[in-house]
Amino acid sequence: MSASKGVPVTETAAAERVAGWSWTPFLILVLVLLALAPAFLVEGYRLFQLTLAVIYALAILGLNIVTGYNGQISLGHGAFYAVGAYTAAIMMAHFELPYWTTLPVAAVVCAALGYGIGFPALRLGSLYLALTTFSLAVAVPQILKYKAFEDWTGGVQGLFIFKPDPPFALPLTNDQWMYIFTVLVAAALFILSWNLLRSRIGRAMLAIRDQPVAAEAMGMNLAQLKTRTFAVSAMITGIAGALSAIAVEFVSPDSFAVTLSITLFVGMVVGGVASILGTVFGGLFVVFVPNLAENISKAAPGVIYGIILIAFLFLLPTGFAGFLRRLVLPLLRRRRSTQAMSIKGR
Amino acid sequence: MDGLAHQLIAGIATGGIYASVALALVVIYQATHHLNFAQGAMATFSTYIAYTLIQAGVPYWVSFFATIAVSFIIGVLIERILLRPMHHAPVLTHVGIFIGLLLAISDLCGWLFDYTVKSFPTPFDSGGPMLGGLISGHELGSTAVTLAVLLLVYLFFRHTSLGLAMRAAAYNPVSSRLVGIRVGWMLALGWGLAAAIGAVAGMMVAPVVFLEPNMMLGILLYAFAGALLGGIDNPGGAVLGGFAVGVIENLGGAYLVGTELKLTLALVIIIGVLLVKPNGLFGRVVVSRV
Repeated sequence: MSASKGVPVTETAAAERVAGWSWTPFLILVLVLLALAPAFLVEGYRLFQLTLAVIYALAILGLNIVTGYNGQISLGHGAFYAVGAYTAAIMMAHFELPYWTTLPVAAVVCAALGYGIGFPALRLGSLYLALTTFSLAVAVPQILKYKAFEDWTGGVQGLFIFKPDPPFALPLTNDQWMYIFTVLVAAALFILSWNLLRSRIGRAMLAIRDQPVAAEAMGMNLAQLKTRTFAVSAMITGIAGALSAIAVEFVSPDSFAVTLSITLFVGMVVGGVASILGTVFGGLFVVFVPNLAENISKAAPGVIYGIILIAFLFLLPTGFAGFLRRLVLPLLRRRRSTQAMSIKGR
Repeated sequence: MDGLAHQLIAGIATGGIYASVALALVVIYQATHHLNFAQGAMATFSTYIAYTLIQAGVPYWVSFFATIAVSFIIGVLIERILLRPMHHAPVLTHVGIFIGLLLAISDLCGWLFDYTVKSFPTPFDSGGPMLGGLISGHELGSTAVTLAVLLLVYLFFRHTSLGLAMRAAAYNPVSSRLVGIRVGWMLALGWGLAAAIGAVAGMMVAPVVFLEPNMMLGILLYAFAGALLGGIDNPGGAVLGGFAVGVIENLGGAYLVGTELKLTLALVIIIGVLLVKPNGLFGRVVVSRV
């Protein structure tokens, strides 16, 4: 975290630099290794579920960037997830391209779509984006089923693809490789988002969320920044969608109903709005809680989701991540203040 | 030519449904500046109540009015229990609550009444087509009912002191409180009213689209488009917008895109309005002072 021009270096930041040792890269490495461990610890369906959880976490990260950090409510990120998935499936099924080439293409397609959807809605108040994206999410399955596109999308039947083999003849099963590939892609995007959110642009995003009038008075182009943020967010969710198509080996219109968008929204709120760590909780929640709920009744997941969502908004509006932060932050702060004192005393 | 006339009239008939739901949305939007994404789910739930009553042997019109009363109470309760404590919360919280309601209510319908598609009775003579084959009995009846509801709502807001109080509370809550209007209760009444209007729309549309838990999702989309087209802060505009969208939907479905892309048409209308005239045809241009 380097202090950019014109921003006074705070005392603690200076103290960290005196220490001359940054734990951050090391910490990230450990986290990624920890995230990779399940590939060798669990197998079969559990590993598949974990893969999905990572993918959902990535999709929720995309949603969180625009809704959590920039304050623009999207209820239709499932649409970008669907477009990403279909991009991957069409490339793999029709053109027999390797799976990894689909991710950049899905990213570009979804970013462009996000820009196109965001442009009319984001010049106006935030409710208009919610409305437009909600309509988009409701309309997407219908568009995917449409007859004119049937040759490409496979219509109601959808498309089948195959899970990739591990590269370089690594001694891994396809499931293990899929998990590792997903975690690596997700880790890269998480780090990039982390940096983006802590950069000049990230601070501008927060400023627009919290004080739009002041932000505009400072010379920020609100509509432009909001639209670009939305495009980035759609891009990340689209990449997650492409990964999901490869992991599930199948796409069909009905798996991208409006419920998917709502699921992502619930995952974001439960994990923690405007929290990067929260998206991981959100992904785990989205994959594992419906399974538990389905034991009670087929229709129960929706009801329980709805109740959990409302309960979180009332009791724990900052989500899991906010809850953890409230537990951990006081400890960290105490440590930091003693550190700072010891440096001053030197 | 006959086909065109038929499409126009059918469009007005469905437009009436969209107009009612759009009106319900606008009643809540005017008072709270929130869009109720659960409006459709609430209406579906009301329709299930009516269905249960009718199945139990209660005459149609008794069930009709009982359902409206129950829906009104449910609407008031939702405002009192879920939204009142969150009055000062950010927009995201409100949208979250609406989405939670949407999920919970529509799956509750599936849980209580199962997911099978049910046919819902119509009280109007569905025998032969009327007016020279242009319109069915149900279309005529439901249009009449919708128009009656719209007229009643208009009279209520224009010519009763309670309606005046509700308009005042929506327009300027602080001053209204100073002159003795109980603003909180006015909001709750608005919610009850919206739920009741939605219930009527649900019961009128159920014989056409058949009753199932997600029955109102597409209709909600059209109501959004209608409200936006007419101007989201103008009840009269929203009603006209609803009718216009119904006609556009029918003509577009018949001559342009076919029935498979009807929802996409709603999306296109929404984006088109936002691009060309974001305040709608009859909406006020909002200028905010810093």
